[in-house]
Amino acid sequence: MTLLSILGVFSSAIFSGTSLLYTTLGEVIDERAGIVNLGLEGVLLVSAASGFAVTSLSSNPYLGILVSMLAGGLMNMVLGYLVITRKANQLASGLALMFFGFGLSSLIGKSFVGEKINSLTRFVFPGTAVLPLKYSSLFKFDLLIYLAIPAAILVWWLLYRTRWGLGVRAVGENADTAYASGRNPNLVRFQALFVGGMLAGLGAAHLAIAYATNWTEGMTAGRGFIAVALVIFSKWHPLRAIVGALVFSGAVAFQLLLQSSGVQVSPFLLDTIPYILTLVVLIAWGGNRRHAAPAMLGRVYQGSE
Amino acid sequence: MAKITEALTRFPLFHHKGWQTAVRYVLMILFASLMFGVILLIAGKDPLASYKDILSSTLGSASGFSEVIVSMIPMLITALAVALPFRVGLINIGGEGQLFIGAAFATFAALTFPNLPGWLLLPLMALLGMVGGALWAFIPGYLKSIGLVNETITSLLLNSVAPKIIGFLILGFWHSARDTVKTPSFVDAARLPTFFGTRIHLGLVLGLVLLVIFWYVMKYTRWGLEMRAIGSNPQAARRNGIPVSKYMVVVMCLGGAIAGLAGMVQVSGFYGMLFPNFSMNMGFMGFMICWLAGADPLGIILMAFVVSIIYSGGNLLQLTRGLPYSVINILLAFTLFIVLARPNFSKRKKS
Repeated sequence: MTLLSILGVFSSAIFSGTSLLYTTLGEVIDERAGIVNLGLEGVLLVSAASGFAVTSLSSNPYLGILVSMLAGGLMNMVLGYLVITRKANQLASGLALMFFGFGLSSLIGKSFVGEKINSLTRFVFPGTAVLPLKYSSLFKFDLLIYLAIPAAILVWWLLYRTRWGLGVRAVGENADTAYASGRNPNLVRFQALFVGGMLAGLGAAHLAIAYATNWTEGMTAGRGFIAVALVIFSKWHPLRAIVGALVFSGAVAFQLLLQSSGVQVSPFLLDTIPYILTLVVLIAWGGNRRHAAPAMLGRVYQGSE
Repeated sequence: MAKITEALTRFPLFHHKGWQTAVRYVLMILFASLMFGVILLIAGKDPLASYKDILSSTLGSASGFSEVIVSMIPMLITALAVALPFRVGLINIGGEGQLFIGAAFATFAALTFPNLPGWLLLPLMALLGMVGGALWAFIPGYLKSIGLVNETITSLLLNSVAPKIIGFLILGFWHSARDTVKTPSFVDAARLPTFFGTRIHLGLVLGLVLLVIFWYVMKYTRWGLEMRAIGSNPQAARRNGIPVSKYMVVVMCLGGAIAGLAGMVQVSGFYGMLFPNFSMNMGFMGFMICWLAGADPLGIILMAFVVSIIYSGGNLLQLTRGLPYSVINILLAFTLFIVLARPNFSKRKKS
C-alpha cells in the first residue's frame, strides 16, 4: 500500500461524499420543518436527469447545476402539495414521489443515455500545485466540492442564526405555537421544502455532472435513503452532517483501500457499515428522552382554528 | 345490511355510499390517466393508443389477465405485512428488508436440500422465509417495545442493509457456475405449483387465505379486539391489563414473517432463483397499497389489482411505444398522488 493509493482513495471519497453531503443538508432542512422526505431518491434522479440533459444540450455545466437545483425544488413542491396542502401521510406521499421520480427521470434521460458532456472545471487544491503531478492530480476538485463544507456552515447559519431558520425549527417542533407567534406554518414548510429540494438538486448535479459525468437510469443507487439515514446519524444538525457524509464516504474509501491492498473483505458487508453505525448511534441515544428529532416530524399540521 | 337496502330504496342508486366511493375511485384513476396522457403527448407518443395497448394487454386476453394476477401476489402479501402492525399503531416500513431476508432464508433451504421432496421442501422454505422476515422485524419491534427507538426509523434503516447481505451471500456462496450475480435455478421441488398453465402460483392462495385470516382475527377474536384497543389508545389498553409491549414485538414479528413469506413466494413461485434486485420495490409497494387501502383487506385486494394493471401495462408500453419501462411509474405515481390527495382521508384514518 503506497502513499499514492491512500491519497487516491481519499480523493475518491471526497468526490463520492460531496453529493451525499448536499443531499443530507437538504433533508436536514426538510426534517427540521417537520417533513420527512422519503422520496429523496426520486428527487435526486429527476434533478440529475434534468441537470444532465441541460448540460448536454447547452454544453454549460453551470446552467445544468441551476436546472438541477430548480428541478429538486419543484419535486419537493409536489411533496409539499400532498403533505401540507392536502394533509396526506408523509411516508406514503414520499414513496409515491420516489416512484414518480423513477418514471420521470427515465423519461427525461431517455435520449441522453451514453451522451458525453462538458464536466465541471477542476481546480488544483491550493498549496498542492508544487507536488509532483501524480500527487497533485489527485487534488483537483471542482467548484461544488470546495463549496460543500461552506454550504453546511451556511445551512447551520440559516437554521440557527436567522429569523427564517428560527421559524423553520419552530414549525418543526410545534406548529401551533409557531402559528400563535405569528408565523404561517404551511408557508414556512413550503419554503423549507423548496430550499431543501434545491440542496438535494445540488447533490444530484454533482453526482451527474461532475462525478459520474453520464446518465444511467437509477444512477443514484440508494443515495436518497443513505441521506435520510445520515440525517438521523447527524442528529438533524447540519454541521454533524459533515461528519456523517465523511463516515459514509470513508467506509467506501476504506473498502477501496482494502481491495487495493489485497485484503478480502466483501464490499457488500462494508456497505452496511454506515447503516449499522446509524442504528448503533440511535440506540445509544435512545435512552435519553431528549434526543434531537423535531417533535412535529412526520405529523400533519391540521391548522389552528 | 338493512340500512343499505333502505337507503337503496329511498334514494337514487348513486346516493348509495359504496357506489359513490366506486365512482370516486374510477374518476380518480381517470384523472391520473389524463395527467399521464399529457406527459405522453409531451413525449411525442399517442396517449389513446398507449392506453389501448395497456388495457388490451392486461384485461383483453386471458394470458394478459393472468399476468396481472401474478404481479398482484407479492403486493397482497407485503401489504398485509404492513396492515397487521398498523392495527396496533406500528408503522412497518421495513417490508422491503424483511422480504429480502425471507427470500434469503428460503433460498438457503432450496439450495441446501435440493433432494427433499416438494411436500417437505416447500413448507420448510416457507417456514424459514417467515423466520427470516420475523428476525429482521424483531429488531425494530423489540427496540420500540422497550421504548428506545421509533420503529419507523429502524425498519427503514434495515431496508438498506438487507439487500447488501443478499449481495454478499450470492457473490460469496450461492452464485451459479456461469453467473456470479444469480443463484442457480431452483430444483422443481423448490418451486411453488402453478395453475391453469399460467404463471399464477400457489402464492395467490397463500395471500388470499392470509388476508381472510387477518380479517377474521381482527373482527371476531379476542386478539383482534385487544390489538385494535392498543392501536387506538395504548395507555388505556395497558391499564386494562393488555400486555402492550409483548403485543408490539409479536405483531411486528408476525408482520415481518408475512413479508418474509412474500420473499419466499417471489423466489420460489415467480423467479425460481435469487438475484440482488429481485424485489422490484415490492416491499415499498406493499406499504403504499396498505396505506391507500386504509389497511382494509378488501381494499388491499382492489388496490393491488389496480396497481398490477398499471405495472403489467408498462411492459407493453416499452415494447410498442419505445418508452423505458420505468416510465409507467409516472402513471402509478399520479394514481397514488390523487388517491393520497383525496379530501378527508387523514380524518377518516383517525377514527
